Amino acid sequence: MSIEIAGVGRRFGDFVALEDINLSVPAGQLTALLGPSGGGKSTLLRIIAGLENADSGTVTIEGNDATRLPARKRNVGFVFQHYAAFKHMTVARNVAFGLEIRKQPKDQVAERVREMLRLVHLEQFADRYPAQLSGGQRQRMALARALAIEPSVLLLDEPFGALDAKVRKELRDWLRRLHDEVHVTTVFVTHDQEEALEVADQIVVINQGRIEQIGTPDELYDQPASDFVLSFLGPVTTLDGRLVRPHDIEVAAGPVPDSVVGTITRWTRIGYEVRLEVTPTSGGDPVQVQLTRNDALQRGLAEGSTVWLREVAPVNGAHSPVPA
Amino acid sequence: MNERGPVRYVLRAIVLVYLTLLIVWPVFLVGKNAFAEGTGAFVDALTEPTTVDAFELTLVVAAWAVVINTVFGVLISVLLVRYTFPGRRILSALIDLPLSVSPVVVGLALLLAYGGTNGWFGPTLESSGLQVIYATPGIIMATAFVSLPLVIREVVPVLTEIGTEQEQAAVSLGANAWQTFRRITLPAIRWALVYGVVLSLARSLGEFGAVKIVSGNIVGQTQTATLVVEERYQNFEQTAAYAASFVLAAAAVLALIVVTLLRPGHAAAPTIRASAEVATPLTTEKDPA
Repeated sequence: MSIEIAGVGRRFGDFVALEDINLSVPAGQLTALLGPSGGGKSTLLRIIAGLENADSGTVTIEGNDATRLPARKRNVGFVFQHYAAFKHMTVARNVAFGLEIRKQPKDQVAERVREMLRLVHLEQFADRYPAQLSGGQRQRMALARALAIEPSVLLLDEPFGALDAKVRKELRDWLRRLHDEVHVTTVFVTHDQEEALEVADQIVVINQGRIEQIGTPDELYDQPASDFVLSFLGPVTTLDGRLVRPHDIEVAAGPVPDSVVGTITRWTRIGYEVRLEVTPTSGGDPVQVQLTRNDALQRGLAEGSTVWLREVAPVNGAHSPVPA
Repeated sequence: MNERGPVRYVLRAIVLVYLTLLIVWPVFLVGKNAFAEGTGAFVDALTEPTTVDAFELTLVVAAWAVVINTVFGVLISVLLVRYTFPGRRILSALIDLPLSVSPVVVGLALLLAYGGTNGWFGPTLESSGLQVIYATPGIIMATAFVSLPLVIREVVPVLTEIGTEQEQAAVSLGANAWQTFRRITLPAIRWALVYGVVLSLARSLGEFGAVKIVSGNIVGQTQTATLVVEERYQNFEQTAAYAASFVLAAAAVLALIVVTLLRPGHAAAPTIRASAEVATPLTTEKDPA
């Protein structure tokens, strides 16, 4: 285990940011701390980095007790949401910073900086200032700067949060590929479940200062430990008094056993996907249903049709494939 | 607003007339009178030994006051912005005191505290060989007192604005407190600091009230440039008074020009706007410039 967190708690006045957190982060893996804003995930990350102190508990990094170790001696790479670029230094000087602090020989520093800039595809920007880079480029510079010191662990705090959707998606794929290349133990904080599901090997869901569930993306999606995890990881709707995923509902144009009957009251098409709102005949809240456009057309559905709904029981690991 | 032509021109005229009547014309007259009896008289007035002594003293005092206020100004700014402690707001308010209280009062207060014969602290210092009042240290203290807020008021907003993330990043990369300050914080506040230093210098060169009380106005020893101006004027040596005034005014104007050139926008710092390039971060990017 690369990072061991035992019994960590943190309060800010009356507010409990973290309560009795126990967590093992496996070496070489990409772990996501996922949860809503204010849930304590960033505080936990900052405690691992030593930028914040825990009120109780211990943090062990690569077998060494780091609880009382100041941030500068923990050898962790930290990437901030807003890049924290050193504005008065060129890209190359930014990346060299940690190495210069460590008083490495000049030629070694230059070589390492070149290597890092190649890794993040910023070679020809070495002499630029951060103000001359786009957001995505700045964040890659920050990543190179953090990786240059060969950290025991790499910590990223909402690394793509300040970027627009397209760049965020690209950087996410790229982070995954980079990690497969570099293999440094990585923990990143996000409130975007898609980001966590797509990138992480292991996801830790944190809410209101507590860990709700730890597992692989598949485990969390298919076997959520609580309604909170279920609803946080993806869309949910209520069918017959139970929380289900809108795409786990089977829509039939004729009567089927154990089903809820209703009328399609809204039809929204988004690309390949159709979202229906079905109002049950027996009353109650409308049910949200997602299906592919082809499915909807094959069944001859239209706004105003009467339909029968039932849950497709998601068999572990073999539930109906999500259209992708 | 830009479309309303008449309003804009009326506003400009009012401001121009106001500034002319209050500042430009009177200062111009100082210059005019300094040279009223010709350049020779002007130079003679300034090269008189007591005047030269006074300007030398003023320079020494201003230099010390600026150095002291720069060091303590940065320390106090960092304390105010980066730390929370009981009494922080009171300290912040106290720092503006020198701007609001009359310099004469400052002089009297220093006299009471450091006076050589009956001051609260003075006799002790004097017996150990350090005369404060009626000597250069007292003049430096008085000058430092009145120009104390200038560096702090420039640096605090910039420190607040840059936030702590860059400093935290430096710490996580292994920098200790001093390395973080020298390599990250100081470069980030450098223009504000220069601005504050220049303002302090201008203020220090021109201080009169507090200095008059604590200096004793001993000709050739504790007489500063502003005190020379007053004495010459009262002795009906108009040309000498105006000549010294002119030099002081010119120094202040020079300082303001320096400050204007250093202001963001004129600074040589790399403030080229981030080119609004479409980020195609994963492929090899071409230099958009």
